[in-house]
Amino acid sequence: MNRLERVLAPVALITLLLLLWETVCRAARIPAFLLPPPSQVAAALVEGAPSLALAAWRTLSMALLALAAASLFASSVGLFVSLDRTVENAVRPLAVGLQVTPVVAIAPLFVIWAGIDHPGRAIVALAAIVAFFPIYSGVVTGLKSADPDLERLFDLYGAGPMQRLLRLRMPAAVPAMLEGHKVAAGLAVIGAVVAEFVAGSGGAQGLAWRILEAGNRLQTARMFAAIIVLAVMAGLLHFAFQALEARALVWWRGR
Amino acid sequence: MAARAVGVEAAALEGVEVEYAAAGRVLGPFELSVSDGEIVALVGPSGCGKSTALRLLAGLETPTRGRTRLAAGRGETSMVFQAATLAPWLTALANVALPLELAGAPRGEARRRAAQALQRVGLGGSQGARPAQLSGGMAMRVALARALVTAPRVLLLDEPFAALDEITRRALADDLLLLWQVERAAIVFVTHSVEEAVYMAARVVVMTCGPGRAAAQITVEAPLPRPAGFRATPLFRHAAEAVSAELALVMGASA
Repeated sequence: MNRLERVLAPVALITLLLLLWETVCRAARIPAFLLPPPSQVAAALVEGAPSLALAAWRTLSMALLALAAASLFASSVGLFVSLDRTVENAVRPLAVGLQVTPVVAIAPLFVIWAGIDHPGRAIVALAAIVAFFPIYSGVVTGLKSADPDLERLFDLYGAGPMQRLLRLRMPAAVPAMLEGHKVAAGLAVIGAVVAEFVAGSGGAQGLAWRILEAGNRLQTARMFAAIIVLAVMAGLLHFAFQALEARALVWWRGR
Repeated sequence: MAARAVGVEAAALEGVEVEYAAAGRVLGPFELSVSDGEIVALVGPSGCGKSTALRLLAGLETPTRGRTRLAAGRGETSMVFQAATLAPWLTALANVALPLELAGAPRGEARRRAAQALQRVGLGGSQGARPAQLSGGMAMRVALARALVTAPRVLLLDEPFAALDEITRRALADDLLLLWQVERAAIVFVTHSVEEAVYMAARVVVMTCGPGRAAAQITVEAPLPRPAGFRATPLFRHAAEAVSAELALVMGASA
């Protein structure tokens, strides 16, 4: 019952809002370029389904590629940094600086570096930068999150630094690392879309381009259709990673 | 395990003082000598440096002044904390085998001895269980097994049963004494419970606060492990009252 309610409640709300939207659009005769009614958006969705699916796949694959790159890079940097406090202190302001600088601001740089012919590379690099910090910070805090009494036991049993890293700190870091990856996945999509907007060319052919292109032509219904696909895709990705995290945590602590 | 000669010093604190930059002097001057196979309880109000004294005996800290004499070699001292402090990602068996594996014992050998240790604490059937699947009392037994698996010369217990219910802690106290009868480790344990101290220890040291010092020593002249119904005997009651009286003096002085 509870489960059913959790599905039905949002569906009911969305249906209600769509009906309201449709009614207002028709009653007030709002021009379609300003606010198309949901029926037109639905038509645009159906009509554009193949190209939207392709664009969604392009955005998703760039985001996932960026996530993989960020994971690899952030995990190795985090691991290296956690070996020495001085290194960690040295790296911290850089990592924070990377995180607080808006991706829009650095995007043009990457577009130049990647070259006009390869906007995809710039987009992946930018999305990876956005996804870097949560993973990095998850790894660094995770490696420090071992129970202090367990650390004392390792002292007592004369564990070496390598044993401590492999048998205590790295396994203890797993939950924080999973959390970092979950957050990073969502950010990677945002990063990819923002970067594609800034790149502003059709070279990457992702969802952001569909939105831009439809917007330039005042095809508002198609803009909505692309936005809906983007929202649904990001939502599904979020739930997928949440489920993955929950699964992995069960594996980690056996329950 | 060969019984060790009684009367040989296992560990001693000689006029030790411990000062922390933030807290000032937390312990000392404090004297304590523990013989092989002796059971000593440290009782006192919170924040009296009892845990600090244990860490000195474990060799995990060095005193600011005074010195420690630790006869136990590396790997011959075990410690149990208030929480079970098990690695959540390891099974009960792997947790118990950990000290042996860290000391370089071959995996098979370590697991075999760990299985025996689990058997001894009555958890032979829970080898594959994860800490999250164990009750508080069972997790504590696993922690005890981990402490005993190295056949330690000195066993240090920091409020080991404080987080457990009364029935479980009494059962564990009896079990620990039975295990001690076989292993004959020198046991030093910290507790807030007068009852527990008198029941388990041959010698109870009452500590004063700020900084921690020994206020009194009460010897409990009864066989160990305790005979059935020991808690109802006049000897037990007198000893408990003596400890309580000393504790009341200490508390009155510091209040």
